[in-house]
Amino acid sequence: MTTDRPPFTSASFYRYLKEGQMMGVRCQQCGDLSATPRAICRACHSQDLEWTQLSGRGELTTFTAISIAPTVMAEKGFGRNNPYCSGIVTLDEGPRVSAFIVGVDARNPESIPLKLALEVDFSSVDQERPGLVFKPK
Amino acid sequence: MTMSRSRKLGRGVAIVGVGLSQFGAFGEKTTRDLFVEAFQDLLARADKGLEVQDIQCGYVGNFSADRFEGQAHLGSIIADWLGLTPAPFTRVENGCASSGSAMREGIMAIASGLYDIVLVGGVEKMTSVPTAEATDNLAAVADSLYEVPAGFTFPGLYASIARAHMQQYETSLDHLLKVALKNHENGSLNPKAQFNMPLRQMMDRRVARARERGEAEPTWADEAAFLRDDGINPWVAWPLRLYDCAPITDGASCALLVSSDLAAHFTDKPIHIIGTGQATGRPLHDAPELTSLGATRSAGAQALEMSGLSPRQIQLAEVHDCFTIAEIVATEDLGFFEPGEGARALDEGRTARDGDLPVNTSGGLKAKGHPVGASGVAQAAEVYLQLRGEAGARQASAKDLEFALTHSVGGAGGTSVVTVYRRG
Repeated sequence: MTTDRPPFTSASFYRYLKEGQMMGVRCQQCGDLSATPRAICRACHSQDLEWTQLSGRGELTTFTAISIAPTVMAEKGFGRNNPYCSGIVTLDEGPRVSAFIVGVDARNPESIPLKLALEVDFSSVDQERPGLVFKPK
Repeated sequence: MTMSRSRKLGRGVAIVGVGLSQFGAFGEKTTRDLFVEAFQDLLARADKGLEVQDIQCGYVGNFSADRFEGQAHLGSIIADWLGLTPAPFTRVENGCASSGSAMREGIMAIASGLYDIVLVGGVEKMTSVPTAEATDNLAAVADSLYEVPAGFTFPGLYASIARAHMQQYETSLDHLLKVALKNHENGSLNPKAQFNMPLRQMMDRRVARARERGEAEPTWADEAAFLRDDGINPWVAWPLRLYDCAPITDGASCALLVSSDLAAHFTDKPIHIIGTGQATGRPLHDAPELTSLGATRSAGAQALEMSGLSPRQIQLAEVHDCFTIAEIVATEDLGFFEPGEGARALDEGRTARDGDLPVNTSGGLKAKGHPVGASGVAQAAEVYLQLRGEAGARQASAKDLEFALTHSVGGAGGTSVVTVYRRG
């Protein structure tokens, strides 16, 4: 029954993301929902899990505007004169995720409000090095 | 069945000697050179001497010599360079808590009865790579699959904690600045520190350099104005500036642990380990709170319970101030101050050298420097000196210091190690 189910790994998560789906894993025993797929439920240790589609909607809970960029971001032109925003998004379903935030003014971080309504931005996901991207709704 | 119980050491463990290399940027010095320098310092300070071959075992904290220097498998290298093969030496990697954990391994090795005389320490050689590469290396303490692809750097994670703390409590940019001012003042009094000069002296140097170049001489009303200058102190990850971050540092630390019954052979002033705790935590996005590190609360509670002390009985602490906000959060998570009250404690000077709980008299990671894998045992070295009244110009004002605590964190709360000490 589960032979064609993708394994609960980051590779599966990012394959879904590149295809335009944000997928989490729900424990069939205790109902715990994880936005980062894993094969063992961290709440009850059950291995009875299933993929579940996430709404991709949430709000900005905290964030930073990064001026000293790692190599990967520096190669995209980010840095001291072009900071970018990374933040923690609380999904409507409850779990939080780390995400790159687009559509906000990282040069004026004071202008970025907490609780800003966000949605996943599949079109901005880097196809070679995929990561979660959210934008204002 | 519940496996939960209060824990205690199988027998007493004491620190009978410590050593530090100089902390700073040292072009040609390698990882092993730095560790040897720290060990030479330990030998030079040993109260009653030390026969090196008496060391039975070692634990060396190191975050990432493999990435910074291409050297893994550090235990054997250090054992050889100290002339101690075939004694078992093990590298311990727990991110920025590596030597906090290495010391805990040493404590457990003695408490178990397996060994009596154990060398613990840590080392990091970080200035061998450009800043972008160091940033990449440090980001490896975070979750490489889910935090790093979101663009998070290590400062970025603590910046997010700072933003959340400022939202929830009265904490402000000025409070972060106060941590930097306090720790730089302490560091200026620590001859081993990377920033072993007052900020005022750094300001004077900037003025002199501008004068030499015929440029307009900068004027700052005071040290705080200096740190508010965007040119001097640029944003790294808003709301954290350069001087909110511990520097990139080369350095090493070590301490000699022995079973308490042997301590008198080495010194008449041992420092006893009376509590140890360690815990893990989830990545920040999955942490229950964004203004507190659960691992620190757990490790602190374990260590204090073992010691039989309450947080109020701790008289001095070295906490993991990899970023200024981290010191404020640590003083709350360890129970010294209520959640959200860390900033007020700073305002009231309670964590200054003459306060009721001096924090980071060494200058902390912030000013002493943060050779990542060396920092945990370097904290123990400061406590050793302070409890013995040997910290020189930066000696805490309180008389009869008896109890102290150290706190070492890996990542943004992935690991926390807390140790409680009593003067012998």
